[in-house]
Amino acid sequence: MNNNIFAVLSLHAELWLMMVILVVLLADLFMGSLRKCWLHPLVCVLMAAQVIINLTPDTRMLFGGMYINTPFMSIVKSVLSAGTLLVFLQSDRWLSRPDTHFKRGEFYVLTLCTLLGMFFMLTAGHFLLFYLGLELASIPMACIVALDKYRHDSAEAGAKFILSSMFSSAFLLYGLSFLYGSCGTLYMADVSGLLSDSAMAKFALALFIAGIAFKMSLVPFHLWTADVYQGAPTTVTAYLSVISKGAAAVALAGILYHVFGAYVSDWGYALSALVMLTITVGNLMALLQNDMKRFMAFSSISQAGYLLLGVMTNSPQGIASVVFYLIIYIVANIGVFSVIGALEEENGGNALQREDYRGLYRTNPRLAFFMTLCLFSLAGIPPFAGFFSKFFIFSAAAGAGWWITVFVALVNTVVSLYYYLMVVKAMYIETPDEGKSPLPAFRVGGTSRICMWLCFAGVCVLGLLSVIYEGLFHWATGFCAG
Amino acid sequence: MEYTLYILLLPALSFLLLALAGMKMGHRTAGLIGTLSLAIVAVLSWWAAAEYFTMPRQADGTLAALRPYNVEWLPFTDTLHIDMGILVDPLSVLMLVVVSTVSLMVHIYSFGYMKGERGFQRYYAFLSLFTFAMLGLVVATNIFQMYVFWELVGVSSYLLIGFYYTKPEAIAASKKAFIVTRFADLGFLIGILIYGYVLGTYDFSPSEQSLMQGGLMMPAALGLMFVGGAGKSAMFPLHIWLPDAMEGPTPVSALIHAATMVVAGVYQVARLFPIYIGFAPQTLHMIVAVGAFTAFYAATVACVQTDIKRVLAFSTISQIGFMMVALGVCTSADPHEGGLGYMASMYHLFTHAMFKALLFLGAGSIIHAVHSNEMSTMGGLHKYMPVTHITFLIACLAIAGIPPFSGFFSKDEILAACFRYSDVVGWVMTVIAGMTAFYMFRLYYGIFWGKENKALHEAHRPHESPFVMTFPLLFLALVTCVAGFIPFGHFVSSDGTIYDIHIEPSVAAVSIIVAVVAILLATGMYFRERQPVAVMLQRRFPRLHEAAYRRFYMDEVWLFVTKRIIFRWVSRPLAWFDRHVIDQFFNFTAWGANATAEEIQPMQSGNIQSYTIWFFVGIIGIALFMLAF
Repeated sequence: MNNNIFAVLSLHAELWLMMVILVVLLADLFMGSLRKCWLHPLVCVLMAAQVIINLTPDTRMLFGGMYINTPFMSIVKSVLSAGTLLVFLQSDRWLSRPDTHFKRGEFYVLTLCTLLGMFFMLTAGHFLLFYLGLELASIPMACIVALDKYRHDSAEAGAKFILSSMFSSAFLLYGLSFLYGSCGTLYMADVSGLLSDSAMAKFALALFIAGIAFKMSLVPFHLWTADVYQGAPTTVTAYLSVISKGAAAVALAGILYHVFGAYVSDWGYALSALVMLTITVGNLMALLQNDMKRFMAFSSISQAGYLLLGVMTNSPQGIASVVFYLIIYIVANIGVFSVIGALEEENGGNALQREDYRGLYRTNPRLAFFMTLCLFSLAGIPPFAGFFSKFFIFSAAAGAGWWITVFVALVNTVVSLYYYLMVVKAMYIETPDEGKSPLPAFRVGGTSRICMWLCFAGVCVLGLLSVIYEGLFHWATGFCAG
Repeated sequence: MEYTLYILLLPALSFLLLALAGMKMGHRTAGLIGTLSLAIVAVLSWWAAAEYFTMPRQADGTLAALRPYNVEWLPFTDTLHIDMGILVDPLSVLMLVVVSTVSLMVHIYSFGYMKGERGFQRYYAFLSLFTFAMLGLVVATNIFQMYVFWELVGVSSYLLIGFYYTKPEAIAASKKAFIVTRFADLGFLIGILIYGYVLGTYDFSPSEQSLMQGGLMMPAALGLMFVGGAGKSAMFPLHIWLPDAMEGPTPVSALIHAATMVVAGVYQVARLFPIYIGFAPQTLHMIVAVGAFTAFYAATVACVQTDIKRVLAFSTISQIGFMMVALGVCTSADPHEGGLGYMASMYHLFTHAMFKALLFLGAGSIIHAVHSNEMSTMGGLHKYMPVTHITFLIACLAIAGIPPFSGFFSKDEILAACFRYSDVVGWVMTVIAGMTAFYMFRLYYGIFWGKENKALHEAHRPHESPFVMTFPLLFLALVTCVAGFIPFGHFVSSDGTIYDIHIEPSVAAVSIIVAVVAILLATGMYFRERQPVAVMLQRRFPRLHEAAYRRFYMDEVWLFVTKRIIFRWVSRPLAWFDRHVIDQFFNFTAWGANATAEEIQPMQSGNIQSYTIWFFVGIIGIALFMLAF
């Protein structure tokens, strides 16, 4: 431990992010008319720099063990930053709408605040810092969910989100108090040594898992998800469905491994039950949805189940495969949302049903093709990236002996294929009802286009680059050892 | 020798280019791209051969096997992994030369033959794909890479046979070829898996120790692999696809179904030869029986076919039988002590590739002139097509085994090897060699002399083909004339050391006499306008003639086995089971999923108070799980 002033620099990820937030805040205040065209590129460039800066991994413990950075978490932060960058890239059209363009700065600042919160969740060495991070990731989120506050849906979604979020935080905090009661400390490193086989500590863990399960929207803590995803602006939904979910999953994996590793036989079955419930219920509900965003909400619930399947294996493979899954889920899901968002903007900002996608292939063949690839990847069809990420998750879980859970998850991939293909079918095969015409042909421009190309490349290539998983596995082994 | 990588990359790139952008190019550009890339490949191959064979030899007199390029592609365990790479050793260099030379000639020839065809660019794209696959097969560093390219060869062959996709016969033929060879490849795959399982490696040269432990598994693995080889090399009874494959464009037949792909099976046996000799000699001798029977069967059928490409197809089957027999009669790895057959087989592979490609390209030239494959439309063509006539004659003399043409030398080595193994095999093969001379000259007289179809020729006067088509003929004829004088044993031999080819006078004398007698017989029967002996024989033995013409009903046998036995007794019950049990099960699950979804939908009430209740339920559930287990 190196306690000189430069040691603070190993907070570089957080420091840079704070700087970005300040710059954006000031720029938003003082740029005046310039901000209309310059703020968006500025944020994107700063975020790109953020991705690169995080890729300088080192191991540091700061503030007496409150903050522990590991190379693996640096990589995860990088992944989250890259995902946020993709979300920003695809947000340009929505943010230049007359009723939102003056809120642009707020959107960036609030989103980045939640990202900062997630960074602290990931590298907290103390449960209180973790809790602060969680709150920092939740409260601004409620604001951006309600960003279109004059739209009834959005306001309702914001209210629902903040209420359920408070509720879950309360339980999490309650759990932490039990933990403190049984161990006398909240330093993670100490807690793991002091855990005894008491019911109180186990109950604390149950409450803690419930709190995180809310963030990851696992069944039965998922009920807010559909309403919030549907009501929130599409860009925000994209952010919510990948970044915030992914951060919670990795943080949970880290804490379960390092702190509650001794309880693995206890929480293993509980998580296994959650996985099976989440994937199955998410899939079954997705079958019934017509609204595209609501449909994607349930799809993302079942995807969270796969993430949790990686988390519960409690091994370096499992943790590496969670992050690998996350990377690929980010590109595929943001890809889908970028198409949904683009179509919605084209439709005057109104939500679209699946029927409205009929005939999309005729009018916008490239968009339909791209959407199909992303959906295939989400469904896990080879050779797209999603197949490989699912494969690694399954092999890690099977390696840990969770055969039944893996089997249930496998059966569910078939169900998920059905509803993803329903969208493909609507785009390619079905024709619009009589009297209705398909969405007109249009060209996606600006940074959304860049986002789509990046997602396209990711979906096609990421799974084939074995070096990514191998690198993650290497860092995850280090993370688990140290 | 890093440049060998380009030998593989260039055809692949040219395929991608032509496949993706071909339709936007003109015919000329597309053809030139394919041909030029192949020309570079051929030059590189020749250069590689020159450089490799002039390398200083190792202490034991062999040439070192090089691996200029090798990547580990799929690791399973420390020793068991699938690599992709390039192996440069005498055998692969020989095959590189054969494949790239014949392929180049076919590329050039196709300019004339395929001129104005629809899908000209597609044709060249497929040719490039095939060449890529075949080159990848021969330079494979391990059995699995070989298998990967083996299948790719099968696919490109399928595409090329079915090139005229509006012709039902072509479609049927391409399907037949693909299904039969794929069926055989199942054996190959199982063999590979056993090989990997027993030896712990896919490499061609596993450790001595692991081979010893293999025991009886080795003959089994090699035997199964040979099934795959027999499929590709059209050994009886898996030969049925090759005659039908003649529905493809003739240059394709020259490339794939005469010179390169069909010898893949021979190449496979030769590649694994050290293992065969050391650990599975029984399997090797079984190959003798298969090869000899195939050679005899095909030679008989070839005597009565009237479609010139079919005659050549059966002749190919018969000649590959010769190569297989030559490999099979080896009893040791020493070329002086019973390993002669290996060298002879490879030598024949080389010479046969050249003169058989020449025969096919010549046949293509004739078909180009008379627009038919049937011998009845030909006869007397020597007047119209002098270049085709002379080059065809050279090839016929070579395949019949008349000195100084190349076929004599290689066939003589094969017969010598057979006589060393056993007199019976030696005499049987000599008789088949005589039959070869007979049916080839029957073909030759039927095309160029004999009874001329004057009515047809007056209506449409046959003409010599353009220079792009005659040039490959001349080139291959030149190779056929001089290839006999190559000191082949210096390059390729069973243990890699230098072997001086010497003609065994007694064997040579017998084979020449048999060939000359057979040719004279054919001359007597088919040279003149009237052919009383042939007609008489046909009348005398109508049943035999009919049976041979119908290829001894082998296709019917296969159809009986598949349609009557497999389809009726295996497939139909399975189909019933599939439709009534499995499908119903899935219909039930789909219905069940929907019904459950509708049951749980009320949970999603939109009411935040009820959400919190479920939240409680969840916490209690988790807590119970944690405390109860």
